[in-house]
Amino acid sequence: MNNIINRVIISIIGLIFLVPLVWTVVTSFTPSVEVITRANPFSIKNPTFFNYISAWDTIPFMRYYFNTIIIVVGILAVQLFTVTLAAYAFARLNFIGQGFIFILFLVQIMIPPDILIFPNYAIMKELGLIDSKLAIMLPYWASAFGVFLLRQTFKQIPMELDDATKVDGCRWYQTLWHVYLPSAKPTFVAFGLISVSTHWSNFMWPLVVTNSVESRPLTVGIAIFAQSFETGAQWGTVTAATVLVITPLLAAFFLFQRQFVESFMHSGIK
Amino acid sequence: MKKIIVLVAMFALIISACSKEESNNPGSSQKSGGSGDKAVELEFYFPVAVGGPITTIIDNLAKDFEKENENITIKPIYGGSYQDTVTKVMTAVQGNNAPDIAVLLSTDLYSLLSMDALEDLTPRFTPEYFNGFYDAFMGNTKSGDTVWSIPFQRSTIVLYYNKDAFKEAGLDPEKAPTNWTEMREYAKALTTKDAGGNVSQWGIEIPSTGYQYWMLQALALQGGDNIMSTDGKQVSFNQPHVEEGLQMYMDLGQTDKVMPEGIIEWATVPSDFISGKTAMMYHTTGNLTKVKNEAAFDFGVAFLPANKQYGSPTGGGNLYVFKDIPEENKQAAAKFIEFLTQPERVAQWSMETGYVGTTKAAYETDVLKTYVEEFPQAKIARDQLEYAHSELSTYQNGQVTKLFNDNIQAALQGDMTAKEALEKSQTQADEILKSFK
Amino acid sequence: MTNRSLSLKGKINWKENIFAYALLFPSLIFLVMFTFYPIIKSIYSSFLSSSFKNATFVGFDQYKHVFQDEVFYKVLTNNMLLAIGTVPVSIFFAIYFAIWVNNKTKGTGLLRAAFFYPTLIPMIAIANIWLFIYTPDFGLLDKFLSVFGINGANWLGSSTWVMFSMIVMLIWKEAGFFMLFYLAGLQNLPGEVYEAAKIEGARPFRIFRTITFPLLMPTTLFVMVIATTNAFKMVDHLYIMTKGGPNNASNLLLFHIYETAFSFWDMGKASVLTVILLVILLSISIFNYAYLDKRIHY
Repeated sequence: MNNIINRVIISIIGLIFLVPLVWTVVTSFTPSVEVITRANPFSIKNPTFFNYISAWDTIPFMRYYFNTIIIVVGILAVQLFTVTLAAYAFARLNFIGQGFIFILFLVQIMIPPDILIFPNYAIMKELGLIDSKLAIMLPYWASAFGVFLLRQTFKQIPMELDDATKVDGCRWYQTLWHVYLPSAKPTFVAFGLISVSTHWSNFMWPLVVTNSVESRPLTVGIAIFAQSFETGAQWGTVTAATVLVITPLLAAFFLFQRQFVESFMHSGIK
Repeated sequence: MKKIIVLVAMFALIISACSKEESNNPGSSQKSGGSGDKAVELEFYFPVAVGGPITTIIDNLAKDFEKENENITIKPIYGGSYQDTVTKVMTAVQGNNAPDIAVLLSTDLYSLLSMDALEDLTPRFTPEYFNGFYDAFMGNTKSGDTVWSIPFQRSTIVLYYNKDAFKEAGLDPEKAPTNWTEMREYAKALTTKDAGGNVSQWGIEIPSTGYQYWMLQALALQGGDNIMSTDGKQVSFNQPHVEEGLQMYMDLGQTDKVMPEGIIEWATVPSDFISGKTAMMYHTTGNLTKVKNEAAFDFGVAFLPANKQYGSPTGGGNLYVFKDIPEENKQAAAKFIEFLTQPERVAQWSMETGYVGTTKAAYETDVLKTYVEEFPQAKIARDQLEYAHSELSTYQNGQVTKLFNDNIQAALQGDMTAKEALEKSQTQADEILKSFK
Repeated sequence: MTNRSLSLKGKINWKENIFAYALLFPSLIFLVMFTFYPIIKSIYSSFLSSSFKNATFVGFDQYKHVFQDEVFYKVLTNNMLLAIGTVPVSIFFAIYFAIWVNNKTKGTGLLRAAFFYPTLIPMIAIANIWLFIYTPDFGLLDKFLSVFGINGANWLGSSTWVMFSMIVMLIWKEAGFFMLFYLAGLQNLPGEVYEAAKIEGARPFRIFRTITFPLLMPTTLFVMVIATTNAFKMVDHLYIMTKGGPNNASNLLLFHIYETAFSFWDMGKASVLTVILLVILLSISIFNYAYLDKRIHY
């Protein structure tokens, strides 16, 4: 009984959670005149692709997609490198000042680079990197979150395996490659997904450091687009543009949902 | 690897060769008179999102200009909103990488001046040239008598009204309210309620996000005076004519109940008007084209109703030229500005965008004459210019505008009286402007 | 620590040390350049008053100014309200969701997806969507309420409602994310304890209160740290929805920093505000780790 009631409640909440998405998709196919005048917000009399066409024509989507992908991949690639090495050091090596260095990493979790937009902007100016994709990526190339996540996983790998490969004459990087990376795959997947979705969504920092279409990611592109109407809100086009921005993320999520949730659950995030 | 080294070396050679040529050349370019034979590229920052219809117009303008001036190329850079564009420009200026020309809000003048970023345009044009513009637009281009910018895409506030709603309420659809008393009466007549007692149509909407200072400024100007000095160092927010304006602004919602109470979003007001949610609105002339295209009813445009007199501030963007660029770029920039402000182009620009034509000569062109005849609403904004004045613009403009905006919202929400809000604004603004006196 | 490390105790293994630091170097260099250097830089420039061209040393003057500024206090209060409003409620929902989608029944996958997808959507996109949901009269929410004859409030346009509206939106965005952490936490709970409890006939809610919830405490701590940090970090929506208005009623500290730095060009004040934000975040984390952590038994 209890079960059924809770099942019903949770299903209703689930439906409520879905409403904004459904409504956005519906609105993106609604002609702009109808958006304001219609009585039922989920009905469309004359469905149209016009909003998509006008959004696509107005916003250089290809460019923005390209920029976002470069940024997201660029961040993840370097992160995987830095994070793996540091996690290995924390999990398997003893060194002077381990506690201190650990705290240094911890600080980045407490004070994420997103908070430091203003001083980091000044630093990018000193480095002459304003308005470049590199400037968007740099502050995220170290990830304390990733290091801790991976360290946890590495620690669970039996030391004997490590020792065995050493006996076989493997160099440390061979051990890392053949033993640690395969066993930590779910963690890498989880971390990768988190990193990609976080940086796909990042807004404030790219907004501040970029000036031009050549370096702007999608988020900044649509925000500027949505704000550029002096004359009033263009619901249809803005929702269409929004759908175009979120579709790749949602598609990836629904495709990989199982792997995503599973890897997350078994990655040792607790 | 070797190939790369060779390539790099070649590039270095080419670059050094180029720079040599440059350093040898200034004499010859001087001789050929101003921006003579030497190729000049002008970076032109423009506040619009990339790819829209406006960018096409700008791209075409640039192309036409390049045809006439083969040695000058225009490189438009589209920066998004005004706010985003000015941020980009300021960043560039600070990085010693100033653009050549930019269209920025006319009110950004003092912020740019305090960065020492602007080129004085007074000596670059004749006095007759400046006289060709409407006085109301020249106001925001000057500090004292020095001209720092040229009016380009300018707007002003007008009253839009729904003629069908006027008929239904028994009002003459050809007669818009001309003064505050009439406006309040009309608004009352136009406010309708459904069976449940909920308002189904508001009498009027005056937006109160983003540009509430602009709206209040209009109401204050109708009381006889502006709200700041012409040198950007002094504001007069706590004067009786401002208070009277703010009180009216508040009364419409709080006591008359002819306008939604509280804060009204700038961007939804035109939607409200188009969908018949409100029968009248105060909004920018920049909306004319949108309303014309989307409203399913007959609508009129009129002067803002007068209190002691008619009045409205101007708004929109001017063309600025920057200081830290080579002399030949400055000359080329002046040429480009002259090109953009020729009567036919101003007329074209006005028709395509809905902005008010900036020069008197533009309204003498045949194209604009016919356009205005067919669409008389377009003329109202021009005619109102006679009563229009400069928009609020001071040193530290961002901060002053923001505090004024905040306090106006507090008053509109009923958290403060008009007097309190204005006294507070005055004190805070004085504090900020103290260091510029 | 492993046995091997114990055996090494006492003598310094230089080779291992150098090796460890070599591995840490790539991370450390970015950490130093874009976390520690900017922190020090902010502290330094918070004592400088800088206009566009030159900077002068002014000591604590700018701190004094900030602490006299009512907007600053308003922004701080809003941040606290936001944290208090979002953190407990989204944690509550997260636990509730996690418990009821932690099974393999048909449709559970869809439910999980429904709760989780808001997390994936960029804040900017969410703001675009919710701006239209909250629009007076035409907005989805008011259209829905009008079915019941309720006249919706001016959600984003009144000081009374704007924070509430933002909090609801953020809970919608965040609950699913935290749910995932709890799902992970639930996988690690010992099954035997539950069996024992069931045999003794304990009611489901009692089991939750006495067993599940305490065992999930480490997860809760972790989620709380993330949630509170997020309450200070997430400001993107303000750029689209309210710009902090009306009359700063929805303004948040980080957005205020953005305004101060990039609209008012007041570099000194922006640095002061950044330093204050750093202190707040550090205190929250230290409190969480040092105080709460001790009280939770793993």
